[in-house]
Amino acid sequence: MSHDDSNDPISINRRRIMQGLAALPVLGLPGLSFGANLPTAQVNTTKLAVTDTEVTVGQLHSATGTMAISETGSIQAEQLAIDQINAMGGVLGRKIKVIKEDGASDWPTFAEKSKKLLINDKVAAVFGCWTSASRKAVLPIFEKENGMLYYPTFYEGLEQSKNVIYTGQEATQQILWGLDWAVKEKKSKTFFLVGSDYIWPRTSMKIARKHIEGHLPSGSKVVGEEYYPLGTTNFNSLINKIKVAKPDCIFIAVVGGSNVSFYKQLKAAGVTSAKQFLLTISVTEDEVLGIGGENMQGFYASMKYFQSLDNPNNKKFVEAFKAKYGPKSVIGDVTQAAYLGPWLWKAAVEKAGSFDVDKIAAASPGIEFKGAPEAYVKIHENHHLWSRTRIGQAQADGQFKVVAESPELIEPNPFPKGYQ
Amino acid sequence: MSVSEMLNIGMMQGFAGLSLFAVLLLMGLGLAIIFGQMGVINMAHGEFMTIGAYTIYLFSTITENHFPKLVQSYFIFAIIAAFFIAFAVGWFIEWSLIRHLYKRPLDTLLATWGISLGMQQIFRSFIGPKEVSPTLPDWLMGSWSPHEGLDIPINGMFVMALTLVVTGGVLLALYKSRWGLRVRATVANRTMANAIGINTKKTDRLTFAIGCGIAGIAGAAFTTIGSTGPTSGSLYIVDAFLVVTFGGAASLLGTMASAFGIAQMQSISEFFMTGSMARVITLLTIVLILMMRPQGLFASKIRR
Repeated sequence: MSHDDSNDPISINRRRIMQGLAALPVLGLPGLSFGANLPTAQVNTTKLAVTDTEVTVGQLHSATGTMAISETGSIQAEQLAIDQINAMGGVLGRKIKVIKEDGASDWPTFAEKSKKLLINDKVAAVFGCWTSASRKAVLPIFEKENGMLYYPTFYEGLEQSKNVIYTGQEATQQILWGLDWAVKEKKSKTFFLVGSDYIWPRTSMKIARKHIEGHLPSGSKVVGEEYYPLGTTNFNSLINKIKVAKPDCIFIAVVGGSNVSFYKQLKAAGVTSAKQFLLTISVTEDEVLGIGGENMQGFYASMKYFQSLDNPNNKKFVEAFKAKYGPKSVIGDVTQAAYLGPWLWKAAVEKAGSFDVDKIAAASPGIEFKGAPEAYVKIHENHHLWSRTRIGQAQADGQFKVVAESPELIEPNPFPKGYQ
Repeated sequence: MSVSEMLNIGMMQGFAGLSLFAVLLLMGLGLAIIFGQMGVINMAHGEFMTIGAYTIYLFSTITENHFPKLVQSYFIFAIIAAFFIAFAVGWFIEWSLIRHLYKRPLDTLLATWGISLGMQQIFRSFIGPKEVSPTLPDWLMGSWSPHEGLDIPINGMFVMALTLVVTGGVLLALYKSRWGLRVRATVANRTMANAIGINTKKTDRLTFAIGCGIAGIAGAAFTTIGSTGPTSGSLYIVDAFLVVTFGGAASLLGTMASAFGIAQMQSISEFFMTGSMARVITLLTIVLILMMRPQGLFASKIRR
């Protein structure tokens, strides 16, 4: 899909918003203050599970299987947001009721469960999925049944749908500014790219390579690019190869259990942050729990959120999260993005004055959320979020110290020209 | 690149191959005893490793919270405990399930797979879905650097030493002890062994439990190179079966030879091509060799 094609649905969306806004005075609604008094027949014209007192939403993550490790944080954050919204009185005066479904780390199961949520339960929105594979499995169902999915993970881009709001960063948001920072602050000229062998690392590394070769100062080059099967636990040969190539920067997108082996073996082979600059896009506080802070210490990560972010929203969020899930729980980038989902949905419903998916999809672009733990986000017309990118340096205690932040919100660009 | 640098890389690469050999052998050893000697296809082998790994994590947590002075030394005791805990669980599972299935070897595959899924869910529910890493003693971390540019991983050396001890112990036990004699007799001819007064049921139970205990040690050792999660076991199970099948099911010597062969093939090819390609080449070679020699590298010469 070229960039120009993607302009079409946007202009339709724009027109819808204008129509929606134009309709407001006619309905006699004062601005954005919608009360509980809106009759169900008016806010729900598509037979969703909305009553006078309750609105039902779905949550679709892997509570069991391989991905449970990663998705548990998202499940918790979404539940926290929903609890908080209910404590404030719910959405349009209706309490949120959650139906939890388990995708069990199995993509066909995700598809089945999403059918169940949309067709049988008629949920008004679904918060869910984690891996790209699970999102790809449910996407056709959401488009056919006209559901609304809030997807939390940073991902490879190359996708845009009326029926999905992507609350994580797409690849260019996460990667480009991070690489620019590496060149500016760490004077990196040579890069060694390493990833797990599946779509997200491969697409991310393709973008990184194009950026390094085409956009960074001349002389910047890629001296190695390697992919390892998911679950690989032996990286000694790779580490020797890195030693031969002597890159200024190792750029990493290794995921899952492999991560732990990789960093432990890196340290055991004498490659420490004192000698080597390393930038990763795949290690959040959640992963550091497994890797161990002492193995990760001094290395850098590029993403939009770190638990240590110093702002009032985040303080409140971290406090509430720990109060609910225990003082030892950690919050990674995706967990925070998952927390945004219910809030952004609430804002869209209130802006649209309706639970209807078409109206929410049309109302979403332009929605701002000033209470976001990452400080501030805004939904772009392409249903991704404007967000800042930060560089965090791993500390021995498993937290990251934020050492740099993009000065402006970075525009989401899921179909980057010249990077495909 | 200078000659001395090339020498350094060569040595580190050689060590990488050897340490992978140690890992594969340790993985395969327990399975070789259970699968090779008893013919039970133990799909839960990986979960017994996970039990060992969680034992280390348990010990490290307790040590850190209650006996911070012992952090440097708990690891050795934890490995021994890992053996006995996995041993006990293995004993129980043999008693409750496996012994009813000896005459239906293919059903053991299903039964142990069920156990593996059940155990994964138990880990997930009672320990937690997130991956954990025990705090390791300082002497296990980092690298031994005899001179500039040469770094030999200490955890790799540790795993190698442990593999040596365990393999030696198993060989000794199998060929020099009463238990070994009984196991070999049972494998060679169960009816005859029964007839001359060997309690084959007891032998089976002990053998299964020892195989599980060794898996526990392997899991404990792997905490030095990887993390532990509910599904960690499934990462190892494929490699473990690969090593045992390739070596020839009933032969410990075969298990050693196949671990060595696979490790060298893997680490050398990884150095010269990408990780995924190296994996493809290794598996393809194994498949080809197994097509020509279905019985594995070293076939057992036992009349069944």
